[in-house]
Amino acid sequence: MNYVKLVLLGLVTLIAAMGANYARDLAYQVHALLITAIAFGMFIWVLRQIDEPQPAVPPQNTYFDGVVRAGVIATAFWGMAGFLVGTFIAFQLAFPELNFDWGQPFTNFGRLRPLHTSAVIFAFGGNALIATSFYVVQRTSGVRLWGGNAAWFVFWGYQLFIVLAATGYLLGATQSKEYAEPEWYVDIWLTIVWLSYLAVYLGTIVRRKERHIYVANWFYLSFIITVAMLHVINNMSIPVSFWGSKSVQVFSGVQDAMTQWWYGHNAVGFFLTAGFLGMMYYFVPKQAGRPVYSYKLSIIHFWALIFLYIWAGPHHLHYTALPDWASTLGMVFSIILWMPSWGGMINGLMTLQGAWDKLRTDPILRMFVLSLGFYGMSTFEGPMMSIRAVNSLSHYTDWTIGHVHSGALGWNGMITFACIYFLTPKLWGRKQMHSMAAINWHFWLATLGIVLYAASMWVTGIMEGLMWREVDDQGFLVNSFADTVSAKFPMYVVRGLGGVLFLGGAGIMCWNMWMTIRGASPATATLPHATPAE
Amino acid sequence: MREPDRDETTGVDTTGHSWDGITELNNPLPRWWLWTLYLTIIWGVGYTIAYPAWPMISGATTGLLGYSTRAAVVEDIAQHKAQNEGLVRELLAADLDTLAPTEDLHRYAVARGGSVFRAQCSQCHGSGAAGAKGYPNLLDDDWLWGGDLNAIRYSINHGIRNETDEDARYSQMPAFGDILKAGEIDTLVGYVTQLSQGDAASDSTGATLFADNCASCHGDAGLGDREQGAPNLADAIWLYGGDADSLTQTITKARYGVMPAWGQRLSEEDVRAVSIYVHSLGGGE
Repeated sequence: MNYVKLVLLGLVTLIAAMGANYARDLAYQVHALLITAIAFGMFIWVLRQIDEPQPAVPPQNTYFDGVVRAGVIATAFWGMAGFLVGTFIAFQLAFPELNFDWGQPFTNFGRLRPLHTSAVIFAFGGNALIATSFYVVQRTSGVRLWGGNAAWFVFWGYQLFIVLAATGYLLGATQSKEYAEPEWYVDIWLTIVWLSYLAVYLGTIVRRKERHIYVANWFYLSFIITVAMLHVINNMSIPVSFWGSKSVQVFSGVQDAMTQWWYGHNAVGFFLTAGFLGMMYYFVPKQAGRPVYSYKLSIIHFWALIFLYIWAGPHHLHYTALPDWASTLGMVFSIILWMPSWGGMINGLMTLQGAWDKLRTDPILRMFVLSLGFYGMSTFEGPMMSIRAVNSLSHYTDWTIGHVHSGALGWNGMITFACIYFLTPKLWGRKQMHSMAAINWHFWLATLGIVLYAASMWVTGIMEGLMWREVDDQGFLVNSFADTVSAKFPMYVVRGLGGVLFLGGAGIMCWNMWMTIRGASPATATLPHATPAE
Repeated sequence: MREPDRDETTGVDTTGHSWDGITELNNPLPRWWLWTLYLTIIWGVGYTIAYPAWPMISGATTGLLGYSTRAAVVEDIAQHKAQNEGLVRELLAADLDTLAPTEDLHRYAVARGGSVFRAQCSQCHGSGAAGAKGYPNLLDDDWLWGGDLNAIRYSINHGIRNETDEDARYSQMPAFGDILKAGEIDTLVGYVTQLSQGDAASDSTGATLFADNCASCHGDAGLGDREQGAPNLADAIWLYGGDADSLTQTITKARYGVMPAWGQRLSEEDVRAVSIYVHSLGGGE
């Protein structure tokens, strides 16, 4: 086995070194050097392991939590990185001088913006999803993760994907598809990692000791499968050269746009909604200590949600080259999606029936409830903005940015923070977080930050939309584009300050995690002995 | 199968399953939730019958209302066109030089020209037309190629130093870095600075250098020449900056600002309208 590994790693080192030599652009060259270094390092490491005594097989009667611990730390780390870049580019928009001459072209807004979006969605959100799904699937199936070290491959493979994507943006490698910017070889790597993730997850569910599959796992599984499908189809492209990062899409024109927004919208639907609902369905009942409100609601809203979401993409392309019929269908499916989305909020909030008093004393539960509130708000705002008439005002304005951030900061951010506060003490064998007061501080700083962010973007977005469409009685436009830009300045500063508060809250969380983990040893949780025979 | 338990707090049965201690209540779907879902579905069916929606083998259903976003835009534009048709005809026929600012047609032209300007010209000249470094200010009365209506219209129609229009305004100052010594350029910079401040000494080395190298285009007194697009150097207005560094660079390497030939991109009535708009900004002659 070790010899097979040696041959493979040797081959990868060789090809990557050739890539560094023949590279046609800077991003490809840096990536090839990085992969050469990693593969060569692992080659040496494997070589030194040969003929050494094998480390003892970890006891199979415990949960596989090492990878969850790593995932929780990675989530916090990438979260800080993503929020920091986001706050910086918010100020770049308010003060363009922050596009420093000495940093060009690497640190201009155009390259930092995808770094921010990918860092928060895929690095912060993705690590949170992988870590919590590994935790939840073991607990609710009553078995250890399937596939041994495959889970570690998923974790480290995903981190490598993040590093390749992020450095690629800074060095100028992008296929210019929003939320799918990484170039072809990074896409192929992610496909390998993601299929391994699917295998580990499915393998664990197949070997479960519970008769039924818990609802959280339906959501996680739909997220993993759909993201695999979206990723592969939207990234179908042909490299210009094996030794370069540039590639050409197989779709073109409006077909390409439709594929992109089918992908883009379902990245929201399955990554940021279905996956995070999986989190919600485990951690909210756990933290509240109450049963899930309605099994019937969970089953109906799950199937309705995943059936409807996949058709809603065209609402990103109203009033474009997209035919009217596709635009209508996208809008109609988006509006029917309203109640199925709210099913998750109702089931989460009503789970607190009989435990509402805990909100006074438990800041973690408060975070869960706030995240569900923002989830409900965004999933109402989304269908509303998909209505063609509303969209003709809101499209291309900052209203969209505000909508995205009330969902991303309020729903995804808050629920992830709450899960981190839930998991950290359990994974490191502490009774609770080092400081409950700090959680309260985090809660209020983040809430205030989101309010500043969303409110300023609503104001500036609607103002901008109205200014763009303002015509005099003879039909002539009244404002130039630059007029709208200068009118938005005060709101841009407020938005940046909102970002500072949100970032500050996350900083407090990192300190709190550090104080909780410091000096603690990883906790080992054993599997339940008696298998419930159901 | 475990028997359903009753939840003490709510008095509702659970489904009898338990995962890691999590149970589920057997509550029915909330009525308002279900009915709102039904309503959105019914509305959706109705909407897709009324509007273009369902793809068929060739084409898609057009909807009972016959609505189309493209047709709506075409109709909108046609309506404005019809409304302004008379004025456009007058504008095309008008003699621009004699068009009085009090006439309705003039007011129409300024409104139309302003809209063209904000969409097409403001990127370089600024939305208030105050210009920027390298892009002339259109509010003042300092004109490189002439400031009467026909001169402005010619500049807009044919542009400046572009390669798409044979009749584009064209002038080219030599890069004096290849002709003069660095010291001589410094002396010239000093002289030109004095010129713009109105206290140039006519018997200096600078004056001799200026007369030998610059006066043929900029004139003996540096007042410029609109025939050649040579800027007036005896005022305080500078297109590329009047400080010593900017002047040194201008003289050493020369400048080469370009403007597109808008006659190739805009309709005749738009060119006329935007000419009148620019002329009306304050500096028109």
